[in-house]
Amino acid sequence: MAIKAEHLTYVYGQGTAFEQYALKDVNFEIPDGQFVGLIGHTGSGKSTLIQHLNGLIKPTEGTVYYDGEDIHKEGYNLRELRSKVGLVFQYPEHQLFEIDVFSDVCFGPRNLGLEKEEVEKRARLALEQVGLDKKYWEQSPFELSGGQKRRAAIAGVLAMDPKVLILDEPTAGLDPRGRDEILEEISQLHRKRGMSIILVSHSMEDIARYADRLMVMNHGEKVFDGPPREVFRHYRELEAMGLAAPQVTYIVHGLRERGVPIDQDITTVEEAREAIVKLLKG
Amino acid sequence: MIRDITLGQYYPVDSVLHRMDPRTKLFGTMVFIISLFLADHIVAYAIATVFLASAIAISRVPFKFMVRGLRAVVFLLLISVSFNLFLTDGEVLVRLGFLKITREGLRMSCFMGLRLIYLVVGSSIMTLTTTPNQLTDGMEKSLGFLKAVRVPVHEISMMMSIALRFIPILVEETDKIMKAQMARGADFESGNLIQKAKSMVPLLVPLFISAFRRATDLAMAMEARCYRGGEGRTRMKPLRYSRRDYGAYVVYGIYLAAIIAVRAAL
Amino acid sequence: MGIIKASRLIFDYIRRDEDDNIEEIDRAIDNLNVDIEKGSFVAILGHNGSGKSTFAKQINGILTPTEGTVWVSGMDTSDEEAIWEIRKKAGMVFQNPDNQIIGNVVEEDVGFGPENMGVPAPDIWKRVDESLEAVGMTAYRYKSPNRLSGGQKQRVAIAGVMAMRPECIILDEPTAMLDPNGRREVIKTVRELNRQEGITVLLITHYMEEVISADRVIVMDDGKLVMDGTPREIFSQVEKLKAYRLDVPQVTELAYELKQAGLDIPEGILSNEELMDCLLPMFKERFPQQVALT
Repeated sequence: MAIKAEHLTYVYGQGTAFEQYALKDVNFEIPDGQFVGLIGHTGSGKSTLIQHLNGLIKPTEGTVYYDGEDIHKEGYNLRELRSKVGLVFQYPEHQLFEIDVFSDVCFGPRNLGLEKEEVEKRARLALEQVGLDKKYWEQSPFELSGGQKRRAAIAGVLAMDPKVLILDEPTAGLDPRGRDEILEEISQLHRKRGMSIILVSHSMEDIARYADRLMVMNHGEKVFDGPPREVFRHYRELEAMGLAAPQVTYIVHGLRERGVPIDQDITTVEEAREAIVKLLKG
Repeated sequence: MIRDITLGQYYPVDSVLHRMDPRTKLFGTMVFIISLFLADHIVAYAIATVFLASAIAISRVPFKFMVRGLRAVVFLLLISVSFNLFLTDGEVLVRLGFLKITREGLRMSCFMGLRLIYLVVGSSIMTLTTTPNQLTDGMEKSLGFLKAVRVPVHEISMMMSIALRFIPILVEETDKIMKAQMARGADFESGNLIQKAKSMVPLLVPLFISAFRRATDLAMAMEARCYRGGEGRTRMKPLRYSRRDYGAYVVYGIYLAAIIAVRAAL
Repeated sequence: MGIIKASRLIFDYIRRDEDDNIEEIDRAIDNLNVDIEKGSFVAILGHNGSGKSTFAKQINGILTPTEGTVWVSGMDTSDEEAIWEIRKKAGMVFQNPDNQIIGNVVEEDVGFGPENMGVPAPDIWKRVDESLEAVGMTAYRYKSPNRLSGGQKQRVAIAGVMAMRPECIILDEPTAMLDPNGRREVIKTVRELNRQEGITVLLITHYMEEVISADRVIVMDDGKLVMDGTPREIFSQVEKLKAYRLDVPQVTELAYELKQAGLDIPEGILSNEELMDCLLPMFKERFPQQVALT
């Protein structure tokens, strides 16, 4: 029971003419080691939501608990929380500032007041985890390619040694290979280190491939929450919200409508291939 | 809400003042400011009050927006009024310990207070009825004569208008980078002055880099759209005086003449 | 010769040290030969660093060839006299919507190009009206660009280019920073401009869904042209695309995988409907009672 949100409500410009609900009574609990996908169109409240989880935004109403403790209670150490709940913003490479990649990755652990040796140990481990080759470590972060910069920035958050890693569209602007590589590394962190992951994404295909659970936000409310295959059954409602299901889902539902006895919960290319081959050749 | 800054304090309603040429408004504001410094008699202030009150009425901007600008100068206002009130020599009216209030002091402080208030309200009328764009356009056009002495008037006004567009974007970006560094355990609040200054580095470096990147991108986009300075450029919304502008200039003339007449006669 | 033609085009990024000595030469475009037909919709694919954006900047004369030649409407881009004429003919839309809008009001931004070209005021208004209409942004003309969504901003940027009355538009990853709705909005707009106004479109992207309805797809890798054909021809070579660090739409991949598994499915399936049309007869044969063909 790592993270729990209770009746989370956030209002912009409360008491003014611009008053607007960014979050409306959102409730959920994310146990340790879960891989959660978070979707919703721009302005649905998902960015506001994730900033609540590491205390960057204080809820107007409701409570966020980390390991059972209210994170906004008197005397709670928010800095320590931020090391436990790592948040990677969209285009994280825009936060790089040090003269070389290694020093930049050290920034986070150094802020935690750790010994120099521990700081460097964590930085090395983080850089290895994101698969950034050693030859780049001493280079200026601004001389790297787009994909490498992205990795360096993610390493900067990983070096805090978080238990939960939240990523806001970590693949935005990358090419297909770069996208797959980053997602694969995130998935490794989940599988090998048991980290909880909250992945904000626009790609239903990616969510279907990696997430155990999918939460859908719309107009500040949590409208769906469950295993991706179950949520994708509501593909027509998702469409009404300006979202969609993976392309494969549409093919499967199209076949089912014509009477093909194929499993409705298929969401990935591999599953679809297996099911179709089995039906036709089995 | 940060995104609203672009429009400055512009108050969007339709009025004669809103439709007036920005040059006319700029000139009018100048005339009004000069008149305030010429005025040294109660009658002159009465005339100025009428002038200002009619401008406010014509602008159709709610009065509370006009006085909003005063908040920023309250402190300055108090200081200058009390200096004039207590430190002017002359016929003593009241004595409070070492402080004294004189007839001349009272007069001076009243005038000083009025002058400042009118100054702020008067210039707010201009910014409330003119978009920043029209303002830069107006300045470019009115200051065109400075080109003769090699002042890059067009470039300066283009810079101002680009700055207006990018200020809200950069404000938002600052907020984002700050949060991103806080997520990495940065602390922008505690510590002494030196520590605080040092903690700004992780914010300022990315901000500068981003501003430079945006500047390079923008320069390229402008060039791709055939921008090559002010030479040979036409305007989509060229400034043109209409009858109401000529009328305004006549009013300015009468107003200034009246103020000068009062100063000479009384 | 088409509207855009590159012949034996080479471009090097040259890095110099403080003493102006050459430190490093990076060949971004390596002997590229392309000829783009007027009125066509051409998509250029390639991973980051494949040279596709560098090529886009060549067309507009933002960069000029190290060797070889680029012609736009018959004009050589390295001819300094012709550069402004070329920029009028070939408009560019860039990736970051925020960094290419100059005006503080939508309609003023759209008028920026014509202003620079010295178009008389009444004409500018006409062009602005038409361009905003063409991209469907007339309702937002008095708004501040800062209040628009990413997709809307890109449409304003496209209108800004349209107001210059270009013959072709080059869009350099215009959707890379947008969400799926914004992406659809922009691609739809571009497609309409191509069909209705006959504008030649050069769309640079790495989203495969966006190139399906192009007339022609060019794949670049390492500064070279490596594939060139209709979307169907390109997407029938799944393995080759993956080797160039690219991807295919899920339906194309599924069709390819099914074919590999021995089903009788043609190459280069591009839409759900096409795949369904192939699969349904097979299912009908297998489950004659349950499956309906229509």
